[in-house]
Amino acid sequence: MVLALAVGLVGIPFGVLATTAGLSFAKAMVMSLLVFTGASQFAAVGVLDAGGSPFSAVGSALLLGARNTLYGIRLSSLLAPLGLRRLPAAQLVIDESTAMSVAQTDDRCALEAFWWTGLGVYLFWNSGTALGAWLGDLIGEPETWGLDAAFPASFVALVGTQLTDQPARVAAIAGVAIALVAVPFSPPGLPILLAAFAVVPGLGVLKRVADR
Amino acid sequence: MSWTAILVLGVGAYLLKLVGVFIGNRLPDGPLHDAVRLLPPALFCALIALQTFERDQELVLDARAVGLAVAIIATVRKVPFLGVLVLATVATAVTRLLIG
Repeated sequence: MVLALAVGLVGIPFGVLATTAGLSFAKAMVMSLLVFTGASQFAAVGVLDAGGSPFSAVGSALLLGARNTLYGIRLSSLLAPLGLRRLPAAQLVIDESTAMSVAQTDDRCALEAFWWTGLGVYLFWNSGTALGAWLGDLIGEPETWGLDAAFPASFVALVGTQLTDQPARVAAIAGVAIALVAVPFSPPGLPILLAAFAVVPGLGVLKRVADR
Repeated sequence: MSWTAILVLGVGAYLLKLVGVFIGNRLPDGPLHDAVRLLPPALFCALIALQTFERDQELVLDARAVGLAVAIIATVRKVPFLGVLVLATVATAVTRLLIG
């Protein structure tokens, strides 16, 4: 539950950033309710705020959402007994519910952990978004408050835990390089999608490490 | 962002989760797995760079860079998420106030 509350607190800045990037309160809320994946949502509003098209916002958000597919695969056998209830359960497949679930030692606890974490985060994430979006609407010009820096700052905070191994760091550096080089040459929003190719050098490093 | 885009994203995100749950163990491990794992660091860092240094399809250096530096330092020092955002935001606002 504490984890759920912590994630909910992250939902507040999402709400603020979403409205700063130009989404209405309703759109920000629906996004949190439907997409329910923090990283994807932050990416989408980040791309929009930087002037990208909705196409690249959705594209980068979905690329980031692909890891939920891996989580789903990981949880597949655990959730199989649920039958048709897997349909609503799938909505709750995210970083936190997966992490809490796989940390358990037996299947019953794992399933409980999944539901409790998933539902808790869903509640708090959406409440946080509502609060943040409401606050965001009250703020005037985002630049005067320095809020445009909040977008990259949110990602710096999120990326901290992910740069733990060499392939990840290589992919990160390659991503930065590709994106920045692409800026003068491509329409808005394309650089971020091109950055997805940064996984290639990352994979190269991974293979070299594995071959040793 | 239009309602269409949001709905497409919402449905797409949900389907990504659903596919994983149903496809189960039939997807082999290996390169695809690793590639997806590497997407977040690649995309996040690219986004950070773009959001700090891009303006109207050009590379610029402005007050946001200060915010980025503060964000990095705060994250390294394990300041909690909201703290990182607040510090970066304030640093950028103050820099803009001083330098314009």
